[in-house]
Amino acid sequence: MSRATLLVLADGRFPAGGHAHSGGAEAAVAAGRIKDAAGLEAFCRGRLHTSGLVAAALAATAALGVDPLLLDDAADARTPSAALRTVARKLGRQMMRAARSTWPSPELDALAAVRPKGAHQPVVLGLAARSAGLGPEDAAHVAVYEAVSGPATAVVRLLSLDPFDATRVLARLAPELDRVAADAVAAARRVPDHGVDALPAASAPLLDIGAEAHAGWAVRLFAS
Amino acid sequence: MHLDHSHDGPAAVSADAVRPDGRRRALRIGLGGPVGSGKTATVAALCRTLRDELSLAVVTNDIYTREDAAFLLREAVLPPERITAVETGACPHTAIRDDISANLEAVEDLEDEVGPLDLVLVESGGDNLTATFSRGLVDAQVFVIDVAGGDDIPRKGGPGVTTADLLVINKTDLAPYVGSDLQRMERDAKEQRAELPVVLQSLRSEHGVTDVATWVRERLAAWTAA
Ligand SMILES: Nc1nc2c(ncn2[C@@H]2O[C@H](COP(=O)(O)OP(=O)(O)OP(=O)(O)O)[C@@H](O)[C@H]2O)c(=O)[nH]1
Ligand SMILES: [Mg+2]
Repeated sequence: MSRATLLVLADGRFPAGGHAHSGGAEAAVAAGRIKDAAGLEAFCRGRLHTSGLVAAALAATAALGVDPLLLDDAADARTPSAALRTVARKLGRQMMRAARSTWPSPELDALAAVRPKGAHQPVVLGLAARSAGLGPEDAAHVAVYEAVSGPATAVVRLLSLDPFDATRVLARLAPELDRVAADAVAAARRVPDHGVDALPAASAPLLDIGAEAHAGWAVRLFAS
Repeated sequence: MHLDHSHDGPAAVSADAVRPDGRRRALRIGLGGPVGSGKTATVAALCRTLRDELSLAVVTNDIYTREDAAFLLREAVLPPERITAVETGACPHTAIRDDISANLEAVEDLEDEVGPLDLVLVESGGDNLTATFSRGLVDAQVFVIDVAGGDDIPRKGGPGVTTADLLVINKTDLAPYVGSDLQRMERDAKEQRAELPVVLQSLRSEHGVTDVATWVRERLAAWTAA
């Protein structure tokens, strides 16, 4: 694997649409659950161990070369909120465009052909990593990092939080990110023998409820 | 890795001039500029002027609402299925310049669903004087400023004022009330822009959007001939 290639994929400026999404932070801020750096850290930890873990496992499995359509169904089954399924497919479509133009591959083309409106983002992310010559560990790390960096960036904008505080939150979470990524890869490696049921299905009901409510707001800064 | 692989698969990747079905795609024109300068009003006037001769659609990028799209819908300048709002995460300039994927999808979906289209207008919610469109998203861009924002804006320059394919100085009807010197604005703008065109307009006048519409027709003729 190329460490520099991993940085390109993980860069917050990778043009795959993430900047317009708060990862549920906007709804949590409005509900008073994030008020400061401590609230951000708690939120990120919760997201990391639930939807972050699931996304990382899906991404790692796709990076291993498992059929992305199977994984796309598995992602649907693990995303009870219709609003979040829509968001995941939208971001998957945007990731697909960026990946096909950055690291073109027949596998990406094939998935784009059968899911023209987008497969779930973690699945596309994993396949993008694979096309870039990266492995499941890399894909899982990008996914867990996205699970926390999206909300952190959004909260800097939403609460005018000190950006150094937000970055310190991410740095403090780093060892936990490594552990969750390792768990995700371990689950991914069980899929060839045990099928997609071996993948984690952790869920965060408040994230789901918040996302459903947020999708109905008339005025909001972030798309999700 | 196949870095030299060509895109014969589904969907265009970026500014590709030809759609997957082999048809040439619509010309895309971006409209940017400071808050309240008259971008949406210009889009609305262009739609009214051009909708009988061209197949049109509009994409808006608002900061935190769907206000621009809602205005265009309310004014019924186009059927609702021809107007799409992109959400920008508080940063319209990111969505039109640094990460254009959501806008590209909006444009392509419009072509798929209501096409064939001749022209797509992409409005960026006003935020600042440095906001410009990526060449991966639009083929030409219009920068709209107004006389009420201060008559030294053309002199100050900035990427929008100096590099846009067309600079529109809007609301000339207000010049006497805000003490703006139109001649000076025009002279400063021309100095900043060398050969690039400048239009002074008032949408409150009968002449309205005529000059901008003429410019759009010329761009479209060049695009179709290319
Ligand atoms: N007097 C006068 N008013 C105008 C003219 N053009 C637009 N306006 C008014 O200026 C106000 C702002 O116009 P918009 O078209 O909404 O401006 P905008 O650039 O789209 O604004 P944002 O999208 O919020 O950045 C509206 O009240 C328009 O009616 C003009 O030529 N003369
Ligand atoms: Mg507007």
